[in-house]
Amino acid sequence: MAVMEYIEAIRSAMKEEMERDASVFVLGEDVGLKGGVFGTTKGLQQQFGEMRALDTPLAESAIAGVAIGAAMVGMKPIAEMQYSDFMFPATNQIISEAAKIRYRSNNDWECPVVIRAPIGGGVFGGLYHSQCPESVFFGTPGLKIVAPATAYDAKGLLIAAIRDPDPVLYFENKKCYRFVSDEVPEGDYTVPIGKANVLREGRDITVIGYSLPLHFAMQAAEELAREEGVEAHILDLRTIQPLDREGILEAAAKTGKVLIVHEDNKTGGVGAEVAAIIAEELLYDLDAPIRRLCGPDVPAMPINPPGEKHYMLNKDKLKAAMLELARY
Amino acid sequence: MTRKGSVQQQARHALLGLSDERVVQMYETMMLARRYDERGQLLQRAGKVNFHISGITQEPSQVAMAFAMDLDKDYFLPYYRDYGFVLAVGMTVKELMLSLFAKGEDPNSAGRQMPGHFGHKRLRIVTGSSPVTTQVPHAVGIALAAKMRGDRSVSLVSFGEGSSNQGDFHEGCNFAGVHKLPVIFVCQNNGYAISVPMSKQSAGRISDRALGYGFPGIRVDGNDPLEVYRVFKEAHERAIAGEGPTLVEIMTYRVTPHSTSDNDMAYRTKEEVDLHKAKDAVPAFRAYLTEHGLWSDEREQELQTRLRAMIDEATTYAERAPFQPVEDAFRYVYAEVSVHGEGR
Repeated sequence: MAVMEYIEAIRSAMKEEMERDASVFVLGEDVGLKGGVFGTTKGLQQQFGEMRALDTPLAESAIAGVAIGAAMVGMKPIAEMQYSDFMFPATNQIISEAAKIRYRSNNDWECPVVIRAPIGGGVFGGLYHSQCPESVFFGTPGLKIVAPATAYDAKGLLIAAIRDPDPVLYFENKKCYRFVSDEVPEGDYTVPIGKANVLREGRDITVIGYSLPLHFAMQAAEELAREEGVEAHILDLRTIQPLDREGILEAAAKTGKVLIVHEDNKTGGVGAEVAAIIAEELLYDLDAPIRRLCGPDVPAMPINPPGEKHYMLNKDKLKAAMLELARY
Repeated sequence: MTRKGSVQQQARHALLGLSDERVVQMYETMMLARRYDERGQLLQRAGKVNFHISGITQEPSQVAMAFAMDLDKDYFLPYYRDYGFVLAVGMTVKELMLSLFAKGEDPNSAGRQMPGHFGHKRLRIVTGSSPVTTQVPHAVGIALAAKMRGDRSVSLVSFGEGSSNQGDFHEGCNFAGVHKLPVIFVCQNNGYAISVPMSKQSAGRISDRALGYGFPGIRVDGNDPLEVYRVFKEAHERAIAGEGPTLVEIMTYRVTPHSTSDNDMAYRTKEEVDLHKAKDAVPAFRAYLTEHGLWSDEREQELQTRLRAMIDEATTYAERAPFQPVEDAFRYVYAEVSVHGEGR
């Protein structure tokens, strides 16, 4: 197995699926000749031609809507939103259309579209190149939503999303693109949608999250083990819709102390639902109140460095919250 | 004038390549749509169904555009008044009635959606929703798929003049123009978006917008179904020849209120409505057929008897048909994994 960057894992999933299946194609702003503003689709137009790595007009609702139309007649489009901050014009297409096509037609029509969008800050992107919009789409039945934290999951979840018969929102973390590298197998494998993954076994506290903040949790956990003898159990949700209920309950029951982390702001976030699931089933098995460590409830993060740092989670913030919970 | 060229003696429909049988079929379909629609209004007023939305006076142009399409290859994305259109591409009155009564056997949505929200995969009618104009980019995506696969397929998408102000209209037209996709955009301009007249929807002509997208925009009189047919035939030929999209603005008038929930006398006069009722293209089309020896009072009587029986039977059937069981509410949120399928 080769160690691969997260962004390369995403690219190789697209490339391999496009080689395997002629109905798979990528469309979006700058995805063709340039290969994407981050380089995610680099080389695809050169290999597959203009139509299958399609530079679209700058219009997000059309990118989503055209992909939805193509998906309904048997294509497997991967629509790229350049930044998740810019996908809101496509929200009507995603929530009113993609999510409801199977249901409203009583299974006559289906919409196997993938919509990829980079989330997250820490790149001096200011208010509109840094957001995490998961909670806008979370809780919309008919959509599946994945958010990989590792290169392995980035490839396996994207292949699973492309092959899935229903619409999948694929939130890739732009900070992870080059910050995260891990072992990725050559060729074909999938990571099942709807299944969480234990990143670290531990007996003292449970950390549940998705995407970038899990890396901070992993670093903090190593230090806490070394310095304080605290062993953290870390669960990567991987899929945020549908949530892996059993996986969440099992991880929570393991230690009885739960910290939920995400970069999206706290109020109305995915963490609130995870907390509710645990409270509904396991309240009396808990040894501490459920904690959440999330982005602050402000509209979005500023570009000035102290402001951005204040907004973002990091290893130290995780470590402090984890230690406090361990000592509860 | 001593001589007429033989071409001049040919009837308009023959010149357009429409056989006598086809042009009679067009008339019968318009009349079927009209009678179905009237029954829908009646059933709502009688309290038998909760809601009906009408396409009366728009049927002649709807039927005409359907007759110019290839029912085996094209894809259709109609809007909620398109009864004439969907009947012409193969939906049955029974299916429409099942939808009106919101019954489980309704092929459009199993009674989940409001009537007028069409969808029928076998007939290549793509499922639609209520937020208007979302279907325009879908038609473009379907045309993109046709181009990528080399299929000789055209997408036809229709919408009202109010809807043409949505961003999805612009985004869809622009995309299709760039890639010269086989799409026919149809604006059925009936003068009103619920209560708001055309004069407060747009200061220009909808058809003129095509200029900005780099393809032809044509305005056509909806009360002249043969001219509508000609325009669509031409648009279809252009699309198949790889010459790209066409925007057609059909000028028509909505003689009914927006829906059974609307009182149109709050925003327009009876005189205005009556003026347009007098221009109804259905009796005019009948007169045309009679003039060419293709129709008679006897045939009209036979047709009315036949349609009445068909609609009565469909009404009785749909009224008695069961609703989708409520336990099925959770079905088809996602694909149901088959027993043979791999676990996902």
